[in-house]
Amino acid sequence: MLFELREVGLDRGGKTVLDSLSAEIPEGATAIVGPSGAGKSTLLRLLNRLADPDRGEIAYRGRPLREHEPLALRREVGLVPQLPALLEGTVESNLRYAADLAGESLELDETLGHAGLDPSFAGRDVKKLSVGEQQRAMLARALAQRPRVLLLDEPTSALDHAARDTIEAALTELRRELEISTVLVSHDPEQARRLSDWVLRLEAGRLVGCGPLEEVLA
Amino acid sequence: MIPLASVATSIHIAIWQVAASLVLVALAAAISFWEKADLERDILVATGRSIVQLTLVGYAIKLIFEADTIWLVLLLLAVMVFFGAITARHRAAKVPESFRPLLIALALAGGTTLGLVVALGIFEPTPRYLVPVGGMVIGNAMTASAVALNRLGDEMGDARARIEATLALGATAREAAAPTVRRSLRSGMIALVDSTKTTGLIFFPGTMVGMLLAGASPTDAVRLQLILLYTLLGSVSISALTATLLAYRNFFTPAAQLRELESKAPA
Repeated sequence: MLFELREVGLDRGGKTVLDSLSAEIPEGATAIVGPSGAGKSTLLRLLNRLADPDRGEIAYRGRPLREHEPLALRREVGLVPQLPALLEGTVESNLRYAADLAGESLELDETLGHAGLDPSFAGRDVKKLSVGEQQRAMLARALAQRPRVLLLDEPTSALDHAARDTIEAALTELRRELEISTVLVSHDPEQARRLSDWVLRLEAGRLVGCGPLEEVLA
Repeated sequence: MIPLASVATSIHIAIWQVAASLVLVALAAAISFWEKADLERDILVATGRSIVQLTLVGYAIKLIFEADTIWLVLLLLAVMVFFGAITARHRAAKVPESFRPLLIALALAGGTTLGLVVALGIFEPTPRYLVPVGGMVIGNAMTASAVALNRLGDEMGDARARIEATLALGATAREAAAPTVRRSLRSGMIALVDSTKTTGLIFFPGTMVGMLLAGASPTDAVRLQLILLYTLLGSVSISALTATLLAYRNFFTPAAQLRELESKAPA
């Protein structure tokens, strides 16, 4: 099992954001769906230790997350946040920074290609990219670390239909070409249908469904 | 060694002269009133505090000069460092637990720069040199570290998304905060660097003005001013660097996670 959640709870500002979640996330493509404010992004951040739960435990490949060294874990379990947040510089310098952190050599053109970007993007200043292009550069940056798992937080929420289709095509291609498991947060059940085969459904911090796509989003 | 005795004169300032200068304070208050800047009360408080504080410190310095012991000097400098850190903490309100980094920064800046100017033989280790120079060093260090931490607090809030995205790549807290720390350090140092660049052209620094007014030769006034400017450059660099390097850590947990400072948990 990729992730196992046991009675996971988290409070913020005196409010319960996640309430006793127990679920399993297998290898492959998982979607966490639910309305805005359900706790989806918060749960995603727990999976690579950008935050720790206040209660309960999460295990990654059978070992409690707290026993994983956070920096090494984050290089293995990459996260692409909802809004692009690249470092100043070019697309290439961002990819190199990520690859260097992970101790990986960078196959620049190939990595850009996996994120749906052509090689001409390498030298582009990140400030001059559209939001959709920045989001794909974020995806490429995460891929530069050759992660085993990719956590994607609403990767198309700020994009128009054309840009969304490009990202979705890139993700589908990724699953086919690279053996990467993905956990995708989406408020859109249709997107979950297109991109996943296992679903966790949250509402107001509680788990209201967990299982194969066809069962949970029937 | 600066021959301070040769430039020291005995100019006498009468109370009525100080009182007369309050006309300028009244002018400042009038401008504030006229333009509705709402600073009259602050100007009044500032003027009152400056009279009380400087008079008290004047007597304290007189006592220290007469006692002529290094221990009283060190005590005075320690008190300055303590109150400097408390004052700077208000400017760094967005930095969690900022008092300790500021206290260490001011103590280190004061200790290192005063230690160096004494070790290099620039000043004698006597109250007459260490008290005024120490006051300037700690005062400037306080301003620089307060400005640096004020910027750090703002930037850590504004750059939260970028910092967390960098942490998500497996960067250390230091690596993720590096651009923010760099900009905060710059903002702490830039004011003194700029004023050092323009000194003599756009403004005359206080020490030089004071010495000229006291009757010192322009050569001595310039030399002492240069020494003090360079001493202050060293001191603000040390304090801004120490304060930012210690304070940025307070935004992170030991597991390199950004602390939740406000109730802005993502949905």
